[in-house]
Amino acid sequence: MIDLGAKRAYADRAFRWMTAGAAGVVLLILWLVAVTMTRRSLPVFRQMGLGFLTDRQWSPPDDIFGALPFIWGTTFTAALAIVIAVPISLGLALFMTQVAPPRLAKPLVSLIDLLAGVPSVVFGLWGVLVLSQHFNLGRSFLTAGVILAIMITPIITSLSREVIDTTPPGDKEGALAMGATRWEMIAATVLPHSKGGLVGAVMLGLGRAMGETIAAALVIGSALGQITFDPFASGNSMPAVIANEWGEAQELHKAALIALAVTLFAITIVVNLTATAIVQRSWRPGRGT
Amino acid sequence: MTTYPTKTLAAMFAAVALAVAGLAYGAAGVTLNGSGSTLSKPFQEAAIEQFRKSHKQITINYGGGGSGKGRQDLADMVVDFAGSDSPFKASEAAKAKGGPILYFPILLSPIALSYNVGGVDKLQLSAPTIAKIFQREIKKWNDPTIAAENPGARLPDTAIVVAHRADGSGTTQNFTEYLNTAAKKDWKLNSGSTVGWPSDTQAGQGNSGVAQIVKSTKGAIGYVDLSDAKASGLKAAAIKNRSGKYVEPSPAAASAAGEGIEVRDNLLFSALDAKGDHAYPITAQTWVIVYARQVDQAKGEALKAYLTYLLQDGQGLLTEIDYAPLPKRLQERAVKQVDKIKVAAHASLAP
Repeated sequence: MIDLGAKRAYADRAFRWMTAGAAGVVLLILWLVAVTMTRRSLPVFRQMGLGFLTDRQWSPPDDIFGALPFIWGTTFTAALAIVIAVPISLGLALFMTQVAPPRLAKPLVSLIDLLAGVPSVVFGLWGVLVLSQHFNLGRSFLTAGVILAIMITPIITSLSREVIDTTPPGDKEGALAMGATRWEMIAATVLPHSKGGLVGAVMLGLGRAMGETIAAALVIGSALGQITFDPFASGNSMPAVIANEWGEAQELHKAALIALAVTLFAITIVVNLTATAIVQRSWRPGRGT
Repeated sequence: MTTYPTKTLAAMFAAVALAVAGLAYGAAGVTLNGSGSTLSKPFQEAAIEQFRKSHKQITINYGGGGSGKGRQDLADMVVDFAGSDSPFKASEAAKAKGGPILYFPILLSPIALSYNVGGVDKLQLSAPTIAKIFQREIKKWNDPTIAAENPGARLPDTAIVVAHRADGSGTTQNFTEYLNTAAKKDWKLNSGSTVGWPSDTQAGQGNSGVAQIVKSTKGAIGYVDLSDAKASGLKAAAIKNRSGKYVEPSPAAASAAGEGIEVRDNLLFSALDAKGDHAYPITAQTWVIVYARQVDQAKGEALKAYLTYLLQDGQGLLTEIDYAPLPKRLQERAVKQVDKIKVAAHASLAP
């Protein structure tokens, strides 16, 4: 008996250390990534200063590295992708959970979950072949935005459905019992309940869209210096530039590409923190009512 | 714990023993790995195929990836040789882990200015005009500057679409270096694997990507290595050389450029803007770069055999795939340099 108890306490402690260790490793990796990347990008910040983030000219042989057009390209295409993907994903998720009869919903759910597991580049390549060549959309911010939207729709749908599914049935039945229509019920119970999770799902999709490399590189057009709201213009995005130019880059050029990665990293963090803040602020009034 | 039946265990041991024996057997052959220049990849592939016929025990792999990657891989000693269209920078070479290096030129390649202009089958351009076109200062095909170089040609009122590489590339490096040398006054974008192209230009992935844009866009012009231009069935402009003659890109014209160049003792040179009436001025080159000291005897000997093949019999393969062989004198110097590779005398682990 005593033996067994000691053993269990030992196992418990081991478990606690293991999980704490796993959590620590994640933080350590994140910290190491941030430190090494920032350190290796320092030369270009020394050369360009904050101009790296605000200049429009990117001319490697002259050691001039202004990343603003690429930052714009990443933001613009990711925004286009979100604008296209979010309504579709939310609609799909609501349809599967609230509207469709179980006979239809069940296979649909498995299908979307399956699609969410497919690497996004598969959809991306399909988009490249079909949109860019077959439909002759050419190579532009819009083409990239549409392809990114296709790539992130399954994952946003799948996550949204999971979140929506956790709405307590009692809430929904209560709303219906009070005479709410289906839409009123969704607006009054489902959406407020899952707001946090939905924003999280969209953020994950946004992260994927901003970091997507090859598909974007293939269709965005790789034009330099483009900062415009015209969706039909060619442009460039940060990951696409890194992928295109890394192979032949030397010294300061390499540092500039690493600095692009650091910028992307920073933007992602800022976007995520903003999203979390938004969710937390809008959460409180909704709770308990 | 699960207990395996004795038979299963015996079978597992047998499998392991077989695998070990297989490894030992495989070590009898030698494998050489190279990476780098995509410009010379078709030549490497053709040469490897032929070389294998006479050297069955030597396996050679050449992965492209670009000249910069090749140099980096060699410096880090992850490959046995690198293909590169431009030499190491001094600071880069100092970081190479395997000591001093040797350059072996293996081919010359014309970079064609391909165009797609209806009704124009012959086009003549000089470096300053090319510079103005690629900087978007000349925007129409019937611009007086172009017309002045093409008397009698019926140039249409079509807008010019400039196509260049989206990825960092040795071809871009050579093309911009040419403009930097031959159109010093007009060219403002400097030279490098990526330059600050104007934003109203088109970019394609790889030589084939640029060729694709030129082929599918009316009024387009782009720089593409000759073999890709030919493969896509594109027309190429004749370029004005240093003697004032307009020369079309061809293996013969690139070899002619090779005759007029100054080669340094370490076999480094630039074939761009070369002297000679028949020289095609936008001619690039590729070197195979290796370490002068080879520590693995089997690999070192195999490398010497392959280099000798590339520089002698292999040269005969070039013209067919639209590259130019080295001029005679340069080729002889390169062959002689193979002896400078010092192979360690001690035997490696392989039998």
